[in-house]
Amino acid sequence: MRHAFEAGTIVAIIAGGIGYFIVLRRSAFAAHALSHIGFAGAAGAVLLGVNPIAGLLVFTGAGGFAMATLGRKARNRDVQIGIVLAFMLGLGVLFISLYAGYATEAYSLLFGEILGISSGDVLITLVAALVLLGAIAVVYRPLLFTSLDEDVAEAKGVSLFWIGVVFMLLIAVATSMAVQVVGVLLIFALMVTPAAIAERLVRRPAPGIFLSMLIALFATWFGLFASFYLPYPVSFFITGATFAAYLFVRLLRIGGVRG
Amino acid sequence: MGLPPSRRMTLLSNNMDNIIAAKNLAGGYPSNAVWKDANFEIGRGEFVAVLGPNGAGKTTLFRMLLGLMQPLGGSLSVFGKVPLRGNPMIGYVPQRHPVDSDIGVEALELVRLGLDGNRWGIGMSQSRTDEALAALRTVDAEALAHRPLGALSGGELQRIFLAEALIGKPDLLLLDEPLANLDMRREANFVQLIDDVVRSRGTTVLLIAHNINPLLPVLDRVIYVANGRVTNGKPSEVLTSKSLTDLYGIPIEVLKDSRGRIAIIGMDEAPEHEHHIHE
Repeated sequence: MRHAFEAGTIVAIIAGGIGYFIVLRRSAFAAHALSHIGFAGAAGAVLLGVNPIAGLLVFTGAGGFAMATLGRKARNRDVQIGIVLAFMLGLGVLFISLYAGYATEAYSLLFGEILGISSGDVLITLVAALVLLGAIAVVYRPLLFTSLDEDVAEAKGVSLFWIGVVFMLLIAVATSMAVQVVGVLLIFALMVTPAAIAERLVRRPAPGIFLSMLIALFATWFGLFASFYLPYPVSFFITGATFAAYLFVRLLRIGGVRG
Repeated sequence: MGLPPSRRMTLLSNNMDNIIAAKNLAGGYPSNAVWKDANFEIGRGEFVAVLGPNGAGKTTLFRMLLGLMQPLGGSLSVFGKVPLRGNPMIGYVPQRHPVDSDIGVEALELVRLGLDGNRWGIGMSQSRTDEALAALRTVDAEALAHRPLGALSGGELQRIFLAEALIGKPDLLLLDEPLANLDMRREANFVQLIDDVVRSRGTTVLLIAHNINPLLPVLDRVIYVANGRVTNGKPSEVLTSKSLTDLYGIPIEVLKDSRGRIAIIGMDEAPEHEHHIHE
């Protein structure tokens, strides 16, 4: 439980942070696809007897790099991304079945298994998080510039290609970490929903990123506490909490562009 | 603000340092030259309209000035050097598609990025904000500073983009169709605003437009791109039946109404070859 709490806290902060840029750049589908590509990597790692996080990092990293090099209009390629996504999910299923058919492995990769996190996993997560936050701080201005105004950023000398590659690699790392907590299928709940809420409520990016992290953090803590007292999965409580918060600001029309 | 056109021209001739010089310049993509043999020089402080039909290669010229595209032939110099991407002396407002209506980030942030969005790091200093507010004041848009970009109208957005381009105090301003999507009154206001800013700072402006008329009161020079060729000169020289007939290679008539407004009418009835008089 302590490891779950530590890992959950770290993951919520990085997912909420990178999520802000995912929402701003309308790259949610690409992030979603990366998590599925990661599933095949994690399942392959399990099959080979390696730490699933290693498989996640390798596959999401390669997938992210490929998506970035395919072109900066990758977000408009949802059919192609979807085709690759489906194949990767299928590949993951094959690897899992080859691994003596343990359904629990597949389940924990798809839906998260935060309570099974080891102290080694926490350490990897912490290191990855520090690298990730440092990298975001370094590329912050060009990343924001290309997100809001690609053409002027390019004319000002920002390399759209390299910012795109760095951004996809950041998503790859964040996704690999977040899979431990909410799993491949529920990654949206931590990487997109809190950021979408924050963008409605706050007009300046820095406070927006901070709020996005806070929402992801509270949702994760809530999920852990709730599952401690109730016999239901952590993932459900986390996704339920962020969804409820999103519905709340939408239905009450709090924030938003016209608000 | 500013001087009457005749006086400006005198000042210019006293101060002939060229901001842009093109010699036998050819532009386009390696597989497909859009235009060639362009020769022109543009001096400090000139207000230049870049005219011509859609697809004639007006934006190509801008991309070459910005160092985003290389000349296919001939030479081009900006401030006496080969154009290089990221030149801080150039302010640029690209042709826009409307901003996503659910972008909730405030206008001030975009203007700030115009100053130093190409630098690494977070950049939290107050001086950036002060400069951004000053740039917004220059374009009469201080009241829009904290409005979300997605909530702004076309005219308001153009002011924000102009502030984003002006914040670094550029010596050369490239505006790609800033008057598109503006109604008649806003068009005139916006031209006046640009003119006020650039005259007071001695900034050179190249402005791509479809309709010459709102620009006539402030123009020093016209670059006309059509039919794979580029011609340039004073508006009174370029915008004549003879000059445009030579350029297009088909009969063109330039008509003037009682208030000096111009209509360019080609025998070729393709609509992009016409510049209609606005009421």
